[in-house]
Amino acid sequence: MAVTGTNQSPPALSATAHDGDDSLPVVLIHRFPTFTGSLFPSLPTHFRLLDLLTTDASNLQSASAILCVGPPPPVTPEFLDRFPSLKIVVCSSVGVDHVDLPECRQRGIVVTNAGSAFAEDVADYAVALLIDVLRRVSAADRYVRAGSWPVKGDYPLGSKVSGKRVGILGLGRIGSAIATRLAAFGCQIRYSSRKEKPSLPFPFYKTALDLAANSDVLIACCALTDETFHVINGEVMTVLGKQGVIINVGRGSLVDEKELVEFLLRGDLGGAGLDVFEDEPHVPKELFALDNVVLSPHSAVVTPESIGTLQDVVIGNLKAFFAGQPLISPVID
Amino acid sequence: MAQSMWFPKLLPVTERSLLRPLLHHTTNPLLHSSTTSLRQSNLLPRRVSTAAVSPMESITVLMTCPPVHPYLVEALEKRFTLHKLDSVPDKAQFLSSHRDSIRAVVGNAAAGADAELIDQLPKLEIVSSYSVGLDKIDLAKCKEKGIRVTNTPDVLTDDVADLALGLMLAVLRRLCESDRYVRSGLWKKGDYKLTTKLFLLQFSGKTVGIIGLGRIGMAIAQRAEAFSCPISYFSRSQKPGINYKYHPSVVDLAANCDILVVACALTPETRHIINREVIDALGPKGVLINIGRGPHVDEAELVSALVEGRLGGAGLDVFQDEPNVPEELFKLENVVLLPHVGSGTVETRQAMADLVVGNLEAHFLNKPLLTPVV
Repeated sequence: MAVTGTNQSPPALSATAHDGDDSLPVVLIHRFPTFTGSLFPSLPTHFRLLDLLTTDASNLQSASAILCVGPPPPVTPEFLDRFPSLKIVVCSSVGVDHVDLPECRQRGIVVTNAGSAFAEDVADYAVALLIDVLRRVSAADRYVRAGSWPVKGDYPLGSKVSGKRVGILGLGRIGSAIATRLAAFGCQIRYSSRKEKPSLPFPFYKTALDLAANSDVLIACCALTDETFHVINGEVMTVLGKQGVIINVGRGSLVDEKELVEFLLRGDLGGAGLDVFEDEPHVPKELFALDNVVLSPHSAVVTPESIGTLQDVVIGNLKAFFAGQPLISPVID
Repeated sequence: MAQSMWFPKLLPVTERSLLRPLLHHTTNPLLHSSTTSLRQSNLLPRRVSTAAVSPMESITVLMTCPPVHPYLVEALEKRFTLHKLDSVPDKAQFLSSHRDSIRAVVGNAAAGADAELIDQLPKLEIVSSYSVGLDKIDLAKCKEKGIRVTNTPDVLTDDVADLALGLMLAVLRRLCESDRYVRSGLWKKGDYKLTTKLFLLQFSGKTVGIIGLGRIGMAIAQRAEAFSCPISYFSRSQKPGINYKYHPSVVDLAANCDILVVACALTPETRHIINREVIDALGPKGVLINIGRGPHVDEAELVSALVEGRLGGAGLDVFQDEPNVPEELFKLENVVLLPHVGSGTVETRQAMADLVVGNLEAHFLNKPLLTPVV
């Protein structure tokens, strides 16, 4: 539902955003106008929620807390200028690439993210995508549903998952969870990260290129920063090789999407499993015809369980903030 | 030593390489045959082969399953005389005209050697299956007639276990459906409605119940444990030294797990081990994964339970009547349907083919079989 013209009010958030109980601490809700999903059901019990897009401007002066919901909306210096009393930005995502972190630091505004609320679900999804690409689960399911099995015969062979060399880009909570899972499949785990983690038993490579040279699969699950923008580029894909597989559950721009499409179309890459894209919800249509590619609409985090855990983390961070207690998941740069 | 005197002169290269291992075999008839000494003295005409060990090219092997894997077919054709029953127009006539030459059968999950076939092949010595499952072979009859049977265990354990996990993840996280959704062009900004309608669950931490804790069952358990899934199982008897929770009946197991996996062998006892009662116990939030054999499941009951929403979801690699899959399942979003690809990787099928050929070679060279069952 697009918003046209400044006179029209944006569609309201369902149910929960209202001028509620005066005694509760105020939290401003920051969202894209097109996001109208319902908020965390338990939030209004603890806080007075004001929708930034509809609330009175006078409420912005004294507000100390902002909560970002839905597809992460940008937090820019101009945005921050509107809130002279702002002290905390609580994000509902793990990724905080939509927030100008240096600017927040300068202004003494602390930022929290989803912490480990999603780690398991994203890790599960990364493994799901990898098995799907290598064993052609979605493609073979399509084959059966099209009625092709009795007509065209056996489905072509896939590639073995167990024993593959898996290179994980970013060994944070999500990367570590992926490593634990794939190690149980007999995969040989190696990684690249900002800093080496000597306590973990996996070989470390300084660059994505070195990692790719020693891997059959690359899994991108690191934060998107200036340094990691297009970290998986044409050079990395070449070195990964014609049988190489790329799984992206981080941010679309970790991968040079244009190059990726060309490599896949030429057959210079073995396959890809993608949950994120450079310009969501636009997905390069050339990928739709490829059986060695699995596509999903940024849904790695979405399970009832993790949404519940996310709510706990969000409420926990806000409560801690208002009580002057240590935060649950501050983003420490 | 006798071998250095007559061996290189009598035999062409191929048979030499076949026989070399035999020369060290203590019961090698060649070393004691009276005809050998006669041949040495040039009193008998030179023969290319003796009756005791024939060159493998003259051994007739019958492939009873469809010849779907070129690597296996080529490997067999290189060594033996191979006939493919699938391409024979009149099977009865073929079997009767070849009854005295067929000494080996190669089968797979689709077709093997039942009692009727065994009866028609009086010279049958060995059945080598390109599968680990033996449900298409009449084992009792083979035992009775002294026919050896081999299969392909271990080499496919990883692939099948990987796929079982892949099915669990795909069903619970709605992966195939998400992929269909994106490819349809339906994904629009902020469109999260997709997720609220689905039976969609976190996989980590779900209780996985395994029927049959053999090689494949154990490999599935090890993988699922890495996702913090508690493991429970049903088996003919409780296994000592195993930390997983044992349930004395399949219904009991189904009632106490979130995801039920069929990983046992198909025998008369385990046919329809997944029946209405088990499906009801698994329930509208439960998921069934079948990487065993189609007949493990009462397919009609399964289909109606899924269509009516009495079962939460299913990941199926095998069916009652492959390659036919009940079409009522095609429009369901909570199922994943695969065309029996459990061991379907290049790496594994090659290893399986090597075992089939290796077992046949070992048999015809009087060496110990690699992976005998009978």
